[in-house]
Amino acid sequence: MTIGVFGGAGLTDRGGPAQPLLTVTGLVKHFPVAKGFGGPKKVVRAVDGVDFSVVKGETLGIVGESGCGKSTTARLVMGLMPHDRGEMLFDGEVIGGTQLSLRAFRRQAQMVFQDSYSSLNPRMTVEGSVAFAPQVHGLSAKAAVAKARDLLARVGLEPTRFAGRYPHELSGGQRQRVNIARALALEPRLVVLDEAVSALDKSVEAQVLNLLLDLKAEFDLTYVFISHDLNVVRFICDRVMVMYLGRVAEIGPADTVLGAPSHPYTGALLSSMPSLDPDRRTEVAPLAGDPPNPIDPPTGCRFHPRCALAEPVCAAEEPPLASLADDHRVACLARQPGSGHSLAPASERIAA
Amino acid sequence: MSAPLRTLPIAGEPIGARAAPPVAIPPVARSRGYWGGVAAKLVRDPVAMAALAVILAIVLVALLSPWFTPADPYRGAMLRRLRPIGTPNYPLGSDELGRDMLSRLMVGARLSLFMGVTPVVLAFAIGSAIGIVAGYVGGWLNTVLMRTIDVFFAFPSVLLAIALSGALGAGIFNSIVSLTCVFVPQIARVAESVTTQIRNRDYVDAARLSGASALTIVRVQVLGNVLGPIFVYATSLISVSMILASGLSFLGLGVRPPEPEWGLMLNTLRTAIYVNPAVAALPGLCIFVTSISFNLFSDGLRTAMEVKE
Repeated sequence: MTIGVFGGAGLTDRGGPAQPLLTVTGLVKHFPVAKGFGGPKKVVRAVDGVDFSVVKGETLGIVGESGCGKSTTARLVMGLMPHDRGEMLFDGEVIGGTQLSLRAFRRQAQMVFQDSYSSLNPRMTVEGSVAFAPQVHGLSAKAAVAKARDLLARVGLEPTRFAGRYPHELSGGQRQRVNIARALALEPRLVVLDEAVSALDKSVEAQVLNLLLDLKAEFDLTYVFISHDLNVVRFICDRVMVMYLGRVAEIGPADTVLGAPSHPYTGALLSSMPSLDPDRRTEVAPLAGDPPNPIDPPTGCRFHPRCALAEPVCAAEEPPLASLADDHRVACLARQPGSGHSLAPASERIAA
Repeated sequence: MSAPLRTLPIAGEPIGARAAPPVAIPPVARSRGYWGGVAAKLVRDPVAMAALAVILAIVLVALLSPWFTPADPYRGAMLRRLRPIGTPNYPLGSDELGRDMLSRLMVGARLSLFMGVTPVVLAFAIGSAIGIVAGYVGGWLNTVLMRTIDVFFAFPSVLLAIALSGALGAGIFNSIVSLTCVFVPQIARVAESVTTQIRNRDYVDAARLSGASALTIVRVQVLGNVLGPIFVYATSLISVSMILASGLSFLGLGVRPPEPEWGLMLNTLRTAIYVNPAVAALPGLCIFVTSISFNLFSDGLRTAMEVKE
């Protein structure tokens, strides 16, 4: 087995199991938009102050509508684009800092992209794509190819049949398996899956999800799983983070957030899922309209123009991401004692 | 470390296939790859193949002409000027100085092809380099390079070629330099737009995540995907280059007499157009056939390369 050829002191767990693998605080990314002559400089607030952490060995799901900043967050974490403000720690060390260079970080964190075709070089064989990264990191061509075939076998693609093929000769599910193999080629500790199964058929999606769970156990991985499909997230994630317009709306254990949501936006997302139960059929669209323009987000709580619980205080005050229970945090004034919202709990103790 | 291999279902495998007796499979089934597929498509395109045959025939004539011309292309005979096509000993007639047209056309193919292909090859190398750097690096470097390139587009290419040739002086070398300068901006612009497209593909991001240097990413991941489209565009420029080179020779800025070159022959024979129009038109016909062959072939190549991405 050639798995493990990179093993070295640099890759071992440093902070111990209690230290989060990834800690993100105050992450901000604004994209400037072309402005007219003399007009004020405008920005798209794609990611606007996001805090979260990923515990070692867990799967954190990031959900939200299109354009809420899920993918931008992933790309910022991976350093594919520079962030404006905020801090990102990987196992206690600043990414791109003196202790942990960006290159060293990327040895330990890899990404699987949504579009399985555009994420594979059409002029490269499958094994060539998987072997590229190990070669960059000094493995000989022969060893890298051996490792690539090994990984292809592990993701369920028989090397004798698939290693020499080109991406256009594979189905979407097979290509996504190749992408997963490539992400694992550097033996990372963190894998960011950006809508990795969204473009697949339901049956293939299930296969790939099971594969991801198997690989996670086998290689001791931590996942950040970005999706808009709540069923998938419920299936694979330990914790869930709900994003709305570049901010975190709610974060907590998957069972709590998706079972008994505290943020009205999470509730709306959940009730927008079609149900097989005729008694629970949705008659009215739970969430009307599109998300507001991220260039000019609403004042106060960004969700208040679409929120069923909105009160004047919601337009005036921006809700902080406050702790509701141990590991459950919500940015909603209606859930925060003393916020001035009529539904806010009176005491500090909150009944679940 | 060497945990037992998981028996994951192989996608697309029929149920029970693995229980079947093993069939002899080669170590790794190599598919023919991208260029193999392009070649297979190209072979099935009759127009492109015909154009390729014409090009190869002309190249062959050009290569062999010094040894196989029926007569000396330089020896004139003042008594046998402007003979019509089909005259004994002059299968394609004779020119205004009584030289054998067939021999001159055959030898002329050498210079005409050389003047058509060389500037494009040079411009392909220089223009691709500029365009790929501008496209991959992006930002202000892209702006500086591409806006500079845009200045060249302010002039029609014929005018630019004549102006540069005129400034540098007549001669083959100077014509090639000026034609190269004409084509570099055009190729650079195509190269830049293709590279910008490729650069935003996820596989380039994945390569960046692997920690590879920009040079490695361009060499391994980008180059193979951009050179094809640029090459197709460049082949379509060969005909333009031949016509421009002929035009320069026609104006006395390129090849000098008595060297046979199609554009120059067209020029010197133009006075004979009322005496013997068929012979006078022959060099033009050669230019036309050669350049349209290059165009048809590059069309076919472009179609063959349009693989569903």
